[in-house]
Amino acid sequence: MSAAAPAGAADATTAERRFPPVAEAGVAALGLIVIGGIYMASYAPRRAPLVLPVILAVASAVLVLADLVVLSRTKDFAWDKFFLVGRWTLLSYVIAAGLIEFAFVKDHTRGGPLVVITAMLVLFAVIVPLIISFTVARYNSGGPDTA
Amino acid sequence: MTDTTAEVLSNGAALGHGPPAGAPGRPVIQIVPLKGLPVVAVILAFLAASIGFNWQWGLDFNHVAGGALWTGIDLFVGLVVGPILGRLSIPARAEFSARFMPKMVLLMPTLVAMTLASGFQLALDLGNLKATSPNHAWLVASFIVVGVMATIALGVLEPANLAVLFEMRKPRPNGEVIAKLMKRFIYTAGITGVMQVGTLIIMTRVASR
Repeated sequence: MSAAAPAGAADATTAERRFPPVAEAGVAALGLIVIGGIYMASYAPRRAPLVLPVILAVASAVLVLADLVVLSRTKDFAWDKFFLVGRWTLLSYVIAAGLIEFAFVKDHTRGGPLVVITAMLVLFAVIVPLIISFTVARYNSGGPDTA
Repeated sequence: MTDTTAEVLSNGAALGHGPPAGAPGRPVIQIVPLKGLPVVAVILAFLAASIGFNWQWGLDFNHVAGGALWTGIDLFVGLVVGPILGRLSIPARAEFSARFMPKMVLLMPTLVAMTLASGFQLALDLGNLKATSPNHAWLVASFIVVGVMATIALGVLEPANLAVLFEMRKPRPNGEVIAKLMKRFIYTAGITGVMQVGTLIIMTRVASR
């Protein structure tokens, strides 16, 4: 965003600027976690087969990592807004994920299923703040396209 | 930029062009109403205690009260407020959103947490999750409905909600950005509102058996 830009011009640039599909990939990663969670919950209180949830969690983690790599290479991005929103939303979703984890531990989920659920909850607690903080920051960023 | 961006907020600030000289300042938008945080903390502590101690009344209260409010608000916002909002001028939408959305930022995640956490615990306690239970298939259907709603709400609606609030805090809010994000909010609220009808059907079926 140029300091010399005329009134309104910088905002127009912000609205029209194209960003990498970080939010879209984040929603896809969230969807994979949700499918895995539904699959495991549908087996409760029995032990669910873990192959499908593990595949979904790994695929989701790969999407999140790809998201973070692409995002780290984005130029002229409002990182201050990204981290401002990110740290508070991360706090709130860590609390939410902790509450869900507590419920599973309380219900005697142990071993492999608990590990998979914990991994899914960690991803959940990262993905949602990532989508929210990216969406806020992108409308506070100006300048040229990403690298 | 569309011509709507030149429309003037009812309190005097021009969208995308800064407040005119001498105009009264816009109220500062508090994105998260801090006064509501202690209430949320008390509710979450009550929820955790209900789950931790398997407190039947607490679980019922959290699930029924949280679910009724969540469903009711989703239906009302999605099918009544949303279409009205879509027909308002951009400044009117912006002014409504500045007062409405901060409350939703605290209210909806709290209601969702109350309903889902207590609901899962109740389903386990009542045996409704067992494969032999006649309610099992209905509960799995409810997981799918909730899963789709959660993905839409957390991945699309809530980010748009917060981005609108941040945009409106700017000295010169961009009307085009607000309109784009509000459209996203209105559509997704409509979708989750319609999906709540599915939740009502499923839950009343489960309760009738």
